[in-house]
Amino acid sequence: MNDSDSSRLETIHAKGGEGFSSLCLQLAQQHIDAHAVDPGPLPPATYLELEAAGWGLAGQLACQQGMRWAAAWAEDVGDGLALMACLEIAGSYLILQTALPAEHPELPSQAPYYWAAGRVERSIHDLFGVCFTDHPDPKRWTRHQAWDEKTHPLRKSFPVAGFPLAETPPDSDYPFFKAHGASVYEIPVGPIHAGIIEPGHFRFQAIGETVLHLEERLGYVHKGIEKIAEGRDPGELARLAGRVSGDTTVGHTWAACMAMERAARLEIPPRAAYIRGILAERERIINDLWDLGSLCNDVGFGFGYYQFGRLRELWLRENLTTFGHRLLMDRIVPGGVMVDITDEAADCMRNSAVSLRQELGELARTLDANSSLEDRFLGTGMLPVETAAALGAVGYVGRASGQTFDVRKDAPYPPYDRLNVRVASENQGDVSSRFWVRYKELRAALRLIEEMLGDLPTGALSTPWQTPQEGAKGFAAVEGWRGEIVCYVSFDQNGRIRRYYPRDPSVINWPALEKIALNNLVPDFPVCNKSMNASYSGHDL
Amino acid sequence: MLSLYGKIFRTGTLTERVPRPVRDEAVEREGEKLKAIVGKRFQGSLAIRQVDAGSCNGCELEIHALNNVYYDIERFGVHFVASPRHADVLLVTGPVSRHMQAPLKRVYEATADPKWVIAVGDCAACGGEFGVSYASCGAVANVLPVDGVIPGCPPMPIDLLRGLLALFSPRR
Repeated sequence: MNDSDSSRLETIHAKGGEGFSSLCLQLAQQHIDAHAVDPGPLPPATYLELEAAGWGLAGQLACQQGMRWAAAWAEDVGDGLALMACLEIAGSYLILQTALPAEHPELPSQAPYYWAAGRVERSIHDLFGVCFTDHPDPKRWTRHQAWDEKTHPLRKSFPVAGFPLAETPPDSDYPFFKAHGASVYEIPVGPIHAGIIEPGHFRFQAIGETVLHLEERLGYVHKGIEKIAEGRDPGELARLAGRVSGDTTVGHTWAACMAMERAARLEIPPRAAYIRGILAERERIINDLWDLGSLCNDVGFGFGYYQFGRLRELWLRENLTTFGHRLLMDRIVPGGVMVDITDEAADCMRNSAVSLRQELGELARTLDANSSLEDRFLGTGMLPVETAAALGAVGYVGRASGQTFDVRKDAPYPPYDRLNVRVASENQGDVSSRFWVRYKELRAALRLIEEMLGDLPTGALSTPWQTPQEGAKGFAAVEGWRGEIVCYVSFDQNGRIRRYYPRDPSVINWPALEKIALNNLVPDFPVCNKSMNASYSGHDL
Repeated sequence: MLSLYGKIFRTGTLTERVPRPVRDEAVEREGEKLKAIVGKRFQGSLAIRQVDAGSCNGCELEIHALNNVYYDIERFGVHFVASPRHADVLLVTGPVSRHMQAPLKRVYEATADPKWVIAVGDCAACGGEFGVSYASCGAVANVLPVDGVIPGCPPMPIDLLRGLLALFSPRR
């Protein structure tokens, strides 16, 4: 990192700090008991404890200051619940924390100020029984019919096995939004879709070919990840994290390991950080290739589908020969990595990067000159800059609509703190913008891989694990290929996991699809959906 | 447009044939065996409906790969269909989440007889990393009668080819 970069970082961190102190001050003026804990338990995030009554007000004030709402989660701490929310401004993270009683926990909602908080709070209600008193849309979200509304699976008193019926009934009376009127009709789609895709339900209201309203219903692949994480040792948690969303196995494992390492006050060796970076950029590349190809396919352009698919397969095969797994599962472990890169493998990867860059250049010229692609992509699925900002859209969805936040650049962690991360962005907010942002990110990832290979430090691959103290907590934010992944872990008295919460970028971005689809043709929905490619599994947990 | 055709020409046909390096020969060999069986037992056309019943999406990525130019499973007479009404085989992935139990059973009922269910991936085979819980029914066999299992996390495309072959081989 050069001097101007470090002074820029200092400035933005100072700005973050200012925002947080003035938030404290404003809460005090409104007679809300709030105090910063310094040093906080979740570095590098600032930590602010406040009384539950001020939860909604804190959201309102944070929103006025332009903070981005990134996540919220609860934890059963034995004698009650702890509720935390994560905010970000200028690359600095702030964790708000409040204590709630075990019986009838209730507090004001942040959803009136933050759109992204809506579903997350509904989920916290389903899983912990926390009541957000002024929530604008307090319907169930994660819960379908596998448990009843009086029981809450993430309470410690709820057994892992639960109380399932022999056959869980379908959630058939979910109160969907209705539209009435001449020539308005409804199209229910899913949970099982017509392709090789994850399950979820979309309820369209349409007039003719035009989408009047879209409501998503997710939660079909909720498989209890947070519950079964409890009691695992760090290695077992890393494996589970690698299966939060199979296409983001590197991203989620890295986030979970980073959170655990911070809880254990463990530094990983520089070589391990670089190898993690290389794995993460390779994951970005195979997913970018896959989505660029699939976007072509969704508008009937087979040429693009086969070309990008071919390039992707070559990289998957190289993953297998170099790292021993096509999707790179379980290569990152607590304390470091379990794979090394030989000089020979580094040469192969360099050559692959050169040849992929050359192929991409050739494909880009062809795609750019293709009027049928342009016709289908341009102006389709608009997410205006203001809408993306209001949501706090992350990753390429945000970056195609002017939201340039990238954890690698704005809140860098090793190895990115030593690399020259270039963040691609567009302002048009349509499918075309998302397509070309992905293309640019792919090229940026190739550059990063070359930089990391050229500068790969020598030394150990991992640091021996050291058991954290009882109650130790860790927070991590990493830039997965879909965008910012936020992760929280805490440990029990035996050095095992007490709580694991992974916030996939899809959790934030999914609501954008409801807006993106509006006023588009129903047959354009697949390409709108693909241009976001949010994860169902990463969302549903 | 010319550059498009030029690229197609220069890329050429990549669908793999014998003789090729060892791994690729395997695709060809297993594929040809599968094609013979599909020809004999399914009139040359085996239709698969893939159902994600709770997977992490890892298995789906590898099932998709069967359709890329290197494997091109359609050349062996195997193709993926959009409706269970058209399917001979249900390729089911994931531990079956409780929220997907009813939809999965409906898909099974909607599939015409004779039909086969293949559980793909460790989760579908035995519950995998997720097992049985308040939210998960575990293995597919806990919900549907299963005819074949293809383990792996996720199984690679060649494993999927071999799994299909094993299920439909006359030796069984």
